[in-house]
Amino acid sequence: MDDPHRTGLDRPLRGGAVRQAGRGSLLRLAPPLTLALMILPVLAGLAGTVIPAFRNAGAGVASLFAWPGLPRAAALSLGTGLASTLIALALTLLILAAFAGTPTFARIRRSLAPLLSVPHAAAALGLAFLIAPSGWIARLLSPEVTGWQSPPDLLILNDPWGLSLTLGLITKELPFLLLMALAALPQLDADRRLTTAASLGYGRIAGFTFTLLPDLYRQLRLPTYAVLAYGMTTVDMALILGPTLPPTLATQITLWMGEASLTMRDTAAAAALLQLALAISAITIWRITEILVQNLLVRAAFQAPRLPNLDRPAAAAARAASLVITGSLTLGLAGLALWSVAGLWQFPDAVPQSLTLRTWVSAAPALGQTTATTLAIAATATLAALILTLACLQAEATLNLTPTTRALTLLYLPLLIPQIAFLPGLQMLTLPLGIDGTPAAVAAIHLVFVLPYVFLSLSGPFRAWDSRIATAAATLGASETRIFWRLRLPMLAGPLLTSAAVGMAVSIGQYLPTLLIGGGRVETLTTEAVALSSGGNRRLIGAYAALQLLLPALAFGLAIAAPLLLWRNRRLMRGLA
Amino acid sequence: MTGTLTLDHLTITLGPRRLVALTLSIKAGEVATIMGPSGSGKSTALAAITGTLAAEFTRTGRILLNGKDISEEPTRRRGIGLMFQDPVLFPHLSVGGNLAFALPTHVRGRAARQARIEEALASAGLKGHADRDPATLSGGQKARVALLRTLLAEPSALLLDEPFSRLDADLRAQIRAFTFDRARQAGIPTLLVTHDAEDARAAGGPVLSPLGETLPL
Repeated sequence: MDDPHRTGLDRPLRGGAVRQAGRGSLLRLAPPLTLALMILPVLAGLAGTVIPAFRNAGAGVASLFAWPGLPRAAALSLGTGLASTLIALALTLLILAAFAGTPTFARIRRSLAPLLSVPHAAAALGLAFLIAPSGWIARLLSPEVTGWQSPPDLLILNDPWGLSLTLGLITKELPFLLLMALAALPQLDADRRLTTAASLGYGRIAGFTFTLLPDLYRQLRLPTYAVLAYGMTTVDMALILGPTLPPTLATQITLWMGEASLTMRDTAAAAALLQLALAISAITIWRITEILVQNLLVRAAFQAPRLPNLDRPAAAAARAASLVITGSLTLGLAGLALWSVAGLWQFPDAVPQSLTLRTWVSAAPALGQTTATTLAIAATATLAALILTLACLQAEATLNLTPTTRALTLLYLPLLIPQIAFLPGLQMLTLPLGIDGTPAAVAAIHLVFVLPYVFLSLSGPFRAWDSRIATAAATLGASETRIFWRLRLPMLAGPLLTSAAVGMAVSIGQYLPTLLIGGGRVETLTTEAVALSSGGNRRLIGAYAALQLLLPALAFGLAIAAPLLLWRNRRLMRGLA
Repeated sequence: MTGTLTLDHLTITLGPRRLVALTLSIKAGEVATIMGPSGSGKSTALAAITGTLAAEFTRTGRILLNGKDISEEPTRRRGIGLMFQDPVLFPHLSVGGNLAFALPTHVRGRAARQARIEEALASAGLKGHADRDPATLSGGQKARVALLRTLLAEPSALLLDEPFSRLDADLRAQIRAFTFDRARQAGIPTLLVTHDAEDARAAGGPVLSPLGETLPL
């Protein structure tokens, strides 16, 4: 019984906390309040979608099914979502299998991690600037290789098959899945499992597949479903990269919502329900495939194939994939920044003839205003998310509440239910209340999407905090409140700032909630960048997208720099022994 | 009854298994020892006394400090100081900050508090170490700071949870002597938990197993 985890010597103050009835009971309310804040908007929005879809004898449904583009739009939604998720997940696992625990892996991780903070719209714009017929790749190859003197008439962007959209989704989701997997690996004792497999003669790929993959995937399942739901229903990326005639279903719903006529809203509501059904079907198909693959794996494992010859080609493929993804996103984003300071830049010149700040200077007032709005909304949503998350975690720690799997799934709900399925309904509900179109309403809806990410990134470090510190402090006479403010919070300053940066990045990147709940009257960098994308002003798009990139990057930079500065005289806090 | 820590039929069970059964009175300045191998329930006894026993354990009997039943008090109001196997210094505070955290509020004023901290450090051969990062101290220095911190809170009793087991052999005797001296100086009852007979001998008080048998040394 000497293990403190068994005896409870490490446990902070059970009796003590329960006794502080007033504060204790307030804290007790935090988890249900938080869940309600996240789930009620989703449920209300879904309810608000069902009613208009079926009123007037189902006029909305009828007009939806009368739309000739429907089959193709629905197929595009399913196809791009499933394909991008499958490829992003496969590449993630390939990179892990080929390189986990090697120096190459640390390199890949360092190059991919910053890409996570890139807003979807900025990534899409960067990619568009890169692969368009008049984009950077064409300019670099012209006229020497291609012989093009003017941009060719090729439908690379907005291709009818959604290929460029799929590519864009993969580049954005791969870093996300990889980092989620990285967070799960240490708990799985990955290194020892892989070493055991290697000592039994397994190649890296086979060893990873048989000893790690099933447990790893269990932890990746919810993030994967979230990626799938997002990929099927993204609007900002689809507006920039996706097909147009017809567009993806989610894009068409957004267009219908933007029309003045109320009858089109009923059509949009009906389409939103169809979109929800499609997402549920896709997740169901995915789940069935999971079971089939698992059975295949179990059967294969019995034959114990070592497959050492797979390692070399797999490593090459993983290296190429990560290079293409990092390279295309980095080049695309560099292209955006370059356009924002470009003077004359004619096709097929690889670089502009001159650089100028004219775009920035002339757009400065609008950019400043939009940046301020963006930051205010992001800061409000992030701060609220941090407070709620801390209250939940503190309640869990001091009141001995155990988080259930169900609560965790509920936490993911706003990420699993497609935004396009419930935001239209929510907008129709907020209209009569008169709260739509205000920055406060936008910040409130951002909270729904910011909170899960803040919670997921903060809960690990918070729970891993050495609770003997709390016991030591309590035996010195410190109250629960004092321990929280003087010990726990300062010691978690690093993770806290990182979570804040994650929250800011998520809020800054939100397109659809800002557009629909903002009623078009709340302009953020993301809505502006997407709105500009249909026009041809590359310099202005570049400026908006560059700022969109810069803000999360600054937040993450601060989250890295501040603890180093704060703990410059505290070796242990900087992770040094 | 002043200056006495009393375990009155303190019994702890986990399911059908009885881990602890102790009746013991420790007088001020005395160091009693609970000795037993790993898994024998020694730390469970300490957890019950500090008030951090996990919910799955069942406790009966009373814990009395200076005649007052503290069995149901929250940890922070028990007045029981605790030393862990590791120093468990607060890594984000300086050495002085660690000590200040423990210093009771009745020591008022910045100058007075600073003086108490300096005085405590000097008494342990750590003069001028107040601004140091705890992570830069040697193992012996960390152990001494941890003990100073515990005693500055002016506890009415002291619990030692194998505090010497992680120290190198040469440091062990030195820190052990330092700890016992300080505990006796403070004039408070001390309870040591250990699996090492050497520790128990040095403590000089009664030695019991977690189930209350008197152990010969």
